[in-house]
Amino acid sequence: MSVGKRFPVGARVRIRRAFPPGHVRAPWYLRGLTGEVCHVVGEFRNPEELAYGRNDGAKLTLYRVRFRQTDIWPDYAGPAHDTLEVEIYGNWMEPAEEKAA
Amino acid sequence: MSGARDHSHDHGHGHAPHPFQPDIEDAPLTHHQLLALAVGELLVDKGVFTGYDLRRQIEDMDSRSPASGAKLVARAWTDAAFKDRLLQDTNKAAAELGIDAGTIPIMTVENMPDTHNVIVCTLCSCYPRLLLGLPPDWYKSRAYRSRMVREPRAVLAEFGTAIPGDVAVKVHDSTAELRYLVLPMRPTGSDGMDEAALAGLVTRDCMIGVAVPDAPDH
Repeated sequence: MSVGKRFPVGARVRIRRAFPPGHVRAPWYLRGLTGEVCHVVGEFRNPEELAYGRNDGAKLTLYRVRFRQTDIWPDYAGPAHDTLEVEIYGNWMEPAEEKAA
Repeated sequence: MSGARDHSHDHGHGHAPHPFQPDIEDAPLTHHQLLALAVGELLVDKGVFTGYDLRRQIEDMDSRSPASGAKLVARAWTDAAFKDRLLQDTNKAAAELGIDAGTIPIMTVENMPDTHNVIVCTLCSCYPRLLLGLPPDWYKSRAYRSRMVREPRAVLAEFGTAIPGDVAVKVHDSTAELRYLVLPMRPTGSDGMDEAALAGLVTRDCMIGVAVPDAPDH
């Protein structure tokens, strides 16, 4: 089974603001922040389960999400066109409201 | 000992023994080192693989080097169709050159006149080992991992790499299933060079993105 592809390239998404223990691959510094899907990578087994020897065959969709550095760090020292791209599993993403640029 | 007479000590050292260089075993094993040793021994004892297999695999990983990545870059610089295939599927393109890039998918990101790419893994130290060899210690350091996402331009400047403000810096945090390779821009002044000479311009740091290739007359 698979959770499917919920987010197309270009979708605005927010990384869930959650802090569970365990082998979590969503970096802390991006939680609660909004970015844009730039690449649907494919389906992979969930590392949060695999790390503890659990593997029931379920897969998650993995995305690459792009953030503006100035959205991550309010005092970012570089120009506004600097970005950061990161791989995020679908279970860590929720749709974000479209906000005016 | 008559030798003492012709060995005066006005050059500033005495006969006290030098401190010994500690042996590897003098530092305690970490939890994970111990775990790796124990699991390796168990797998050999259970016949999953042999001591030869284990040694051979470690030797193979240790023999990997940035020369493989440099070959891919040099081919991409001289063959536009190959570059497209490299950007499409790096592992498959590497196989064309007889390079085993492994089963973990590698994504090549291309530097452009308006974009500079750099790789970091904030969560651990993910790295395209099969194309670049073992990562340098600084790549695994907390300072690099935390600062490269926070102030990439300052860190690049410390590596001697100044990226102009009109060029966007794109940081790739390699946190999950992919590994990343930076395809640098071909330096000016390299027009007449053949593929092997071009590969000589491509260093490990250029493919991590903390540097750009020097012009050939540098």
